[in-house]
Amino acid sequence: METPLFTYPFSIGLMFIVSFLLVVTCIWLAALSKSDRKLILKKIPGPASLKAIGETFMEALLHRKIFRKNPVLGYMHTSLAFGWFLLIVVGHLEAAVHYHTFSFPLWKSIFFRYAEPAPATGFAGHFFATSMDFLLLLILSGVGLAYYKRFNSRAFGMKKTTQLKVGDRIALTALWLIFPLRLIAEGVSAGLHRNGSFLTQPTGNLLAAILPLPLLEKPVWWAYSCALGVFFVAMPVSRYMHIPVEVLLIFLRRYGVRSQKHVNGYTRVQVFSCSRCGICLDSCQMNHANIRNTQSVYVLKQIRGRRLSDEQLFNCLLCGRCQKDCPVGIDLNDIRITQRIESTAEYNSTYDYLKNGPSPQADVVYFAGCMTHLTPSIKKSMQKLLNYAQVNYWFMDEHKAPCCGRPLIQAGQLEAAQKLIANNRDKIMQSGARTLVVSCPICYKVFSEDYKLPNVRVMHHAEYLLELVNQGLLPVHNSPKRVVYHDPCELGRGSGIYDQPRQLLGQYVELITMKHEKEDAFCCGGSLSNIKISMQERDRIRDHVLEEFQQYRPDQVVTACPLCKKTFTKGTEVEVRDLAEIVWESVSQQIIAAQPPVKQLEPEEVPS
Amino acid sequence: MSKPKKVITIGGGVAGTEVSSLLAELGYDVTLIEKNSQTGGKLNGWSHLFPTGRPAAQVAEFLQHKVQRNSFKTICQTDVSQVVFGNGSFLVKTSGDERLPADAVVISTGFDIFDATRKEEYGYSVYENVITSVDLENRLKAGAPITTAAGNKPCRIAFIHCVGSRDEKCGNHHCSKVCCVTGVKQATELAKQLPQAEIFCFYMDLRMFGLPYESMYREAQEKYNIQFIRGRLSEAAENADGTLQIKAEDTLSGRPLKMQVDLVVLLVGMVPGKNTAHMADLFELQREPNGFLQTEDPHLFKNRSSRKGVFLAGTCTGPMTVDETLDHARSAALDIHHYLQNK
Repeated sequence: METPLFTYPFSIGLMFIVSFLLVVTCIWLAALSKSDRKLILKKIPGPASLKAIGETFMEALLHRKIFRKNPVLGYMHTSLAFGWFLLIVVGHLEAAVHYHTFSFPLWKSIFFRYAEPAPATGFAGHFFATSMDFLLLLILSGVGLAYYKRFNSRAFGMKKTTQLKVGDRIALTALWLIFPLRLIAEGVSAGLHRNGSFLTQPTGNLLAAILPLPLLEKPVWWAYSCALGVFFVAMPVSRYMHIPVEVLLIFLRRYGVRSQKHVNGYTRVQVFSCSRCGICLDSCQMNHANIRNTQSVYVLKQIRGRRLSDEQLFNCLLCGRCQKDCPVGIDLNDIRITQRIESTAEYNSTYDYLKNGPSPQADVVYFAGCMTHLTPSIKKSMQKLLNYAQVNYWFMDEHKAPCCGRPLIQAGQLEAAQKLIANNRDKIMQSGARTLVVSCPICYKVFSEDYKLPNVRVMHHAEYLLELVNQGLLPVHNSPKRVVYHDPCELGRGSGIYDQPRQLLGQYVELITMKHEKEDAFCCGGSLSNIKISMQERDRIRDHVLEEFQQYRPDQVVTACPLCKKTFTKGTEVEVRDLAEIVWESVSQQIIAAQPPVKQLEPEEVPS
Repeated sequence: MSKPKKVITIGGGVAGTEVSSLLAELGYDVTLIEKNSQTGGKLNGWSHLFPTGRPAAQVAEFLQHKVQRNSFKTICQTDVSQVVFGNGSFLVKTSGDERLPADAVVISTGFDIFDATRKEEYGYSVYENVITSVDLENRLKAGAPITTAAGNKPCRIAFIHCVGSRDEKCGNHHCSKVCCVTGVKQATELAKQLPQAEIFCFYMDLRMFGLPYESMYREAQEKYNIQFIRGRLSEAAENADGTLQIKAEDTLSGRPLKMQVDLVVLLVGMVPGKNTAHMADLFELQREPNGFLQTEDPHLFKNRSSRKGVFLAGTCTGPMTVDETLDHARSAALDIHHYLQNK
């Protein structure tokens, strides 16, 4: 049989997308650093490849993460992705079994029911025909759900859904048509040749009853092939690029490639891996301030189209709530920071006035941070606690020290930040200390990730105070106060520290469990990373968070970040405290209680 | 007039007592509801009033005389718990389970003082030697010498203007108006009491709107050598000896500035009172974006609320000096009189 003309749209589309993907993959890999490329070459033969294959199967085909978010949404994705994957694989096996070889023209497996009009014979023939119909049914159920989701996304656990652009619409329409057209095409062939199975044969019989099938056979197969071809050609300008690129991302990530502070091939791979599913829209708190165009899905889209505005880029709290929800696992915060670095003119002060004298020698360096200086009761509590535990410490920024540098990085001022980092690093290394204790999660993040302090443990005071308690250097005492603990973004999602603050608090107060906590915790709204938002908008975000706290009627709101404390204090009558204050309050009361009663002086004895 | 019409005044500070006295004098049946144990409001805590330097007690006494002369019913330690709207009349229920009918209501619930702990970077209630202008005024009234927490004479004192006023981060956009001149007044009083002390005022703008205020400001600089530095405080920190290190920017010389002082006085602003907010809810009144009660017309009807028959007097409508509060209360009395006459 000669290659039918109708298969050309499919073949051309497929060749186009395959060559396109090869070319862009080469471009992206070339845009990685040399060390990244070496890393990849080294790891390809190792277990990382197997793990990547496993992850591709679990995430790109089965969509485990989406299942976790919402089972119906997960089923929709699985039925489409895994169903289509199996349809291709099983289709190939069917053709291979039929032709007793694997070398047959590709179109013969894709358009098998047209290529082989004879009804299936034998056990293998019936098995394959039934399987293929079953897979088609599976996919069609997913397509049906996709239609329904367009009109009612709430049924899928999503309050919002992304808006589509022209490329997306074309690809989406093609995708929606592919499988119904396949059903009709196979149905028509089945009606004519009786080569269908439990789904296609009844469809064919039905169609045969009402339509002149011989006239229709070629056109419906044309339509099916065209839908496939259009889908392939529209793929690069649509969100469906994520299907192949996500696989590349999984492999690169498994090989150890990580986001850098500049745009490179990995950034591009991540950007194209976004499926624009819109799951990140729901988790974004900017919605509470009625800001609806700066969410990650839109920013990635604009980066891809090179049309990103500062307004969109900077109007974000960098809280990371979208990142933990992203089913593809894109480093959304890092991408945004990188983009800020790339798109901002360096302010680049020389910082000549930063001169370092010799640092005092100490076991522990304490760095309070700018925000802690603005919440002095935290600083004071820490000083008292360190003194009480007789820690040999140096209060590095008691009088003068530059900022940790993180706010500058978040604002895109990497070069300026690096100067501050270098200055602070010298001070810390000179002190000979093995532990650096910080009171601010923003500082904690940059000290532990960007400072490169060999042999120095960077600890947030939540961790350090817990260590002191565990060493018996701080007394514990449980009070009946009921508190909620607010996870600061940079400490929780940013650094994965959820348990230590809770363990510490558990020694002193009664901790209430909240609905949105740990990974799901809200941002207080005070984030330094957003330099576009108005104060009123911040207040709306904050009030929304405070509303949740109120539901639990806590005696106190406790957090581990001076900025969160400052933000919440302004919006509530409930006491807001830092962990360190809670601990010091208890310790100081225990000190007073342990003292022998002071003899009361008679009035005439009071020295004047 | 067969039976006198009934007026209820809610809040017995300067505005509330004055409006009640005047309406009683005009022959109305007035009931004043006050949440505290005595009337007089915050004036009772003030030492001397600007610009004259007259003891606040004298003004309070004058107002109290008027109250006694025009005997009207005063219910203290009582809150308003509920309001029922009738046809042109009101039924006010109190926390003491009284049900008081009224033909008109005056709201004179006043202001609250900005809670300086909300500006934690200034160290109020964290550091012993950081006090507010209200604390200072209370101490001046008590007649005790002004000392540091350790009981020493302060050698250097810093006044910080605009604490909780014109501060977006506190959510307060408005100017509290009276703190600038209060700062000048208090700084001068301290300069008189502690001639050896160096006194600094950190300000953004100095708004000397009253006729004699500018001369007070001039005198503070020329006669009392008080130094005015244009710059907002960024933070205060405590030294080991209990003195304070303050950081600011001198915006006239464009330099960051650090200073060691013995005492910091925060000139706290005026915010809408909690009771004012409560009344706005009970009487369903409109409020300005800054939380103060909205007047029917900012030019013509400054004593009328957004609800007919509910009148406003004093600082529940915005920051005012004591003198302005008295004027506002008097105009309220006249407005209510007209309203009840024509009813």
